[in-house]
Amino acid sequence: MTKPTLLMKRILPAVALVVGLLLAGQPAARAEDGGQLMASGSNVRDQASLQRGAKLFFNYCVGCHSLKYMRYSRIADDLGLTEQQVMQNLNFTGAKFGEPVISHMPEEDATKWFGKAPPDLSLEVSAKTADWVYTYLNTFYLDPKSPIGWNNTTLPNAAMPFPLWELQGQQTAVMKSGTDEVEKLELTHPGKLTPAQYQQATRDLVNFLEYVSEPAALQRHHYGIWVMLFLVLFTLLAYVLKKEYWKDVH
Amino acid sequence: MANVFASIGEWVNERAPGLAPVYRKHMTEYYAPKNFNLWYYFGSLAMLVLVNQIVTGIFLTMNYNPSAAGAFDSVQYIMRDVEWGWLIRYMHSTGASLFFVVVFLHMFRGMMYGSYKKPRELVWLLGMLIFLALMAEAFMGYVLPWGNMSFWGAKVIISLFGTIPYIGNTLVEWIMGDFLPGDATLNRFFALHVIALPIVLLLLVVLHLAALHEVGSNNPDGVDVKHGPKGNRWGANAPVDGIPFHPYYTVKDLFGVGFFLIIAAFIIFFAPTFGGWFLEHDNSIMANNLVTPAEIKPVWYFTPFYAIVRMIPSFAGTAVWGVLAMFGSIAVLFLLPWFDRGQVKSIRYRGTGYKVALTLFVIAFFGLGAVGAGITAEVIPAWFGNVDLTVWENAFGRTMTLIYFGFFAFLWAYTYFGWEKTKPVPDRVTMHD
Amino acid sequence: MGREPFLTHQVPESLMANEVVDHGRRRFLTTATAVVGGVGIVSAAVPFIKSWEPSARAKAAGAPVTQSLKKIEPGQQLIVGWRSLPVFIVNRTPAQLAALPKQDPRLVDPKSDGTSADQQPKYAQNETRSIKPEWLVMVGICTHLGCVPNYVGEMKPEPFDPNWQGGYYCPCHHSRYDMAGRVYQGVPAPKNMEIPPYHFIDDTTVQIGVGPEGAA
Repeated sequence: MTKPTLLMKRILPAVALVVGLLLAGQPAARAEDGGQLMASGSNVRDQASLQRGAKLFFNYCVGCHSLKYMRYSRIADDLGLTEQQVMQNLNFTGAKFGEPVISHMPEEDATKWFGKAPPDLSLEVSAKTADWVYTYLNTFYLDPKSPIGWNNTTLPNAAMPFPLWELQGQQTAVMKSGTDEVEKLELTHPGKLTPAQYQQATRDLVNFLEYVSEPAALQRHHYGIWVMLFLVLFTLLAYVLKKEYWKDVH
Repeated sequence: MANVFASIGEWVNERAPGLAPVYRKHMTEYYAPKNFNLWYYFGSLAMLVLVNQIVTGIFLTMNYNPSAAGAFDSVQYIMRDVEWGWLIRYMHSTGASLFFVVVFLHMFRGMMYGSYKKPRELVWLLGMLIFLALMAEAFMGYVLPWGNMSFWGAKVIISLFGTIPYIGNTLVEWIMGDFLPGDATLNRFFALHVIALPIVLLLLVVLHLAALHEVGSNNPDGVDVKHGPKGNRWGANAPVDGIPFHPYYTVKDLFGVGFFLIIAAFIIFFAPTFGGWFLEHDNSIMANNLVTPAEIKPVWYFTPFYAIVRMIPSFAGTAVWGVLAMFGSIAVLFLLPWFDRGQVKSIRYRGTGYKVALTLFVIAFFGLGAVGAGITAEVIPAWFGNVDLTVWENAFGRTMTLIYFGFFAFLWAYTYFGWEKTKPVPDRVTMHD
Repeated sequence: MGREPFLTHQVPESLMANEVVDHGRRRFLTTATAVVGGVGIVSAAVPFIKSWEPSARAKAAGAPVTQSLKKIEPGQQLIVGWRSLPVFIVNRTPAQLAALPKQDPRLVDPKSDGTSADQQPKYAQNETRSIKPEWLVMVGICTHLGCVPNYVGEMKPEPFDPNWQGGYYCPCHHSRYDMAGRVYQGVPAPKNMEIPPYHFIDDTTVQIGVGPEGAA
């Protein structure tokens, strides 16, 4: 095969196929009102972000939510923290360093108080996508009609009270005129963070949860580059070898 | 170094003289046509993927727990706690999808070049049996992680058997070993997936290759090299257009392997879920018999066949017709050598009608896949607004189903009644590359 | 070409006038590809082999164990689990400690610097085989074939030794050890019992699995 044909017939279609399918992707979940999800902009390779996100998780979330597949020791390794830092600043569950993150919220009580036990979040981002979780954390609003006082446009009638209201502030819903449908949310009481800061905070938190969903992501990018380079070298060599032997064939 | 190998070879040869002729027959003196093109890589790639599935599968089995209570956790254990477990798992899941990509392309080659035609009908039948076994193997493998899609996918597919009149419900309970997919189902699927079907697959692959080597390989021109002129530069009795499989095709397939591995490595290391197509989002949630995923759909490689089930309506009080149609869609593939009454093998020399028909068949296959994957369910409202989705989707899907089956009916009539106008087939292969 | 039965192939015989098969180049390229390919296969094998290493779960279960010494009376033994092994913690009495040097002539390796040199960390390579003299911390596995020896702390004549000065007696094949876990001559067991890495967190708490900071 001549060089242009090789490129056109094999390489480009393969690349196009891969890229096309990736872009098409499969959305995991939508906002229930059919609305677009906010882009989380998460990047698990931003270690500083992961550290901030971890801090937020252990301060605001672990009271109710476990990460039963995630060990403290693994968090230390992957986030560049020492055992002491993790045990002092993150471990509020009293677990040993090598043990997983288990919330002490008793399931029975939680079901009684909230109607539903707070789910484990180890794989939440895998199941729903980072964008969904990010949007969810940004769309809580005060709802006097709800038994817990809070509602959420991404997951209407969610049984979860909003733990980050101190940071974001409180949003209220503006209804579409004459209907029960939420048109938009407005920040009626500001919180400790500005809207931009809060978005960054939730970005960090989602980043951390994305990491928790798949800690291997940190390693696979690293090894992947080397593997691909090696394979390109090997394939080139195999190609030259093939060409040499096929000189015999007319 | 070569001398060491040569001495060992001679030592073995003195004690098992029957081996060397076998090696020659299948490697250095198996004369394959010299005009193999891109489409001819997929057989060896399929073997590569099979080896990958077996090796990675063995290592997964070392840490996987086949109980309903422990399966999901054990997969997370492999992904997080077992050294390099994540890589072994991704190699296995990517390999499963790539297996179907390769096999579909391999089968399509057979359709294009008439590789199923006499004297290779047996090769084709064995290949179809491999395809069936592969689908069963993949289905059971998908259940093993015991995610929510594993559970519901299993429930839906097994319940297809429930549509069979009279025996349906008993059959379903017998398959599951319970009233719904549970521990019993998971354990037996594990046994079948890990031991039974791999042995069957290996056996069928050996038979498939043996049957092929008996009659010799086809080629893109559909020219019979075995019964053509003799005498090439490797031997006076060898086919003139044949070349020894080893070293020429071993070295060419090695290049093919390298290229394929680049694609596979990209997916494994940079996009292992492939946007949710290879590892579905809903499978990150543990199996829950009380909560159905928003959309139950089969994994991508089953989508065309599943679409056929959905497109055939129930009547006479049973939905079995859809199931029969689905099995029928595979049965017609089995019977392809007998539908095609034409004498000309390769698409290169066949009538225009055939080329159009095959193109439509491919479009129908992808169209059905789009229906089965839920793509039409999103695209139709997006492009056409607030229309009755069921009506439109059925219209599209049923048309695609008709085209799919119509290809075989058309092919039979086209060749049986002599409507096909073929071009003259050359008596020597044409080297296009 | 020869007629070696395997691993050879046919080279085209009727070469055209202007064709020469460059065997050297073919050998080089084949070797190069084989070497690179071999490197690839070996590298690919590494993750599979390493997957047999103890997983994070096994390592967590084998994490260091902290134990309070407050309730262990002099002469008493407590058995603690560490990495699925029994670890003996004994509060040795002054009498038991005094008897130790007198056992030296009856022992295989009294200084633990011969055949038992690898059985304890450096900080336990002393007469009492411990950090603090009275506290024995030792893996309770007989060095013969792996049974758990019985603690026989009382210094009175025993059927297996009329001059028993306290120590361990293994029920399986009758090996005997003194109150520092050192093996007696004439028994099946070859080495002194193993001392694990450990250190004192404070005077009444010991942690098994990690040595004292800065120690070998």
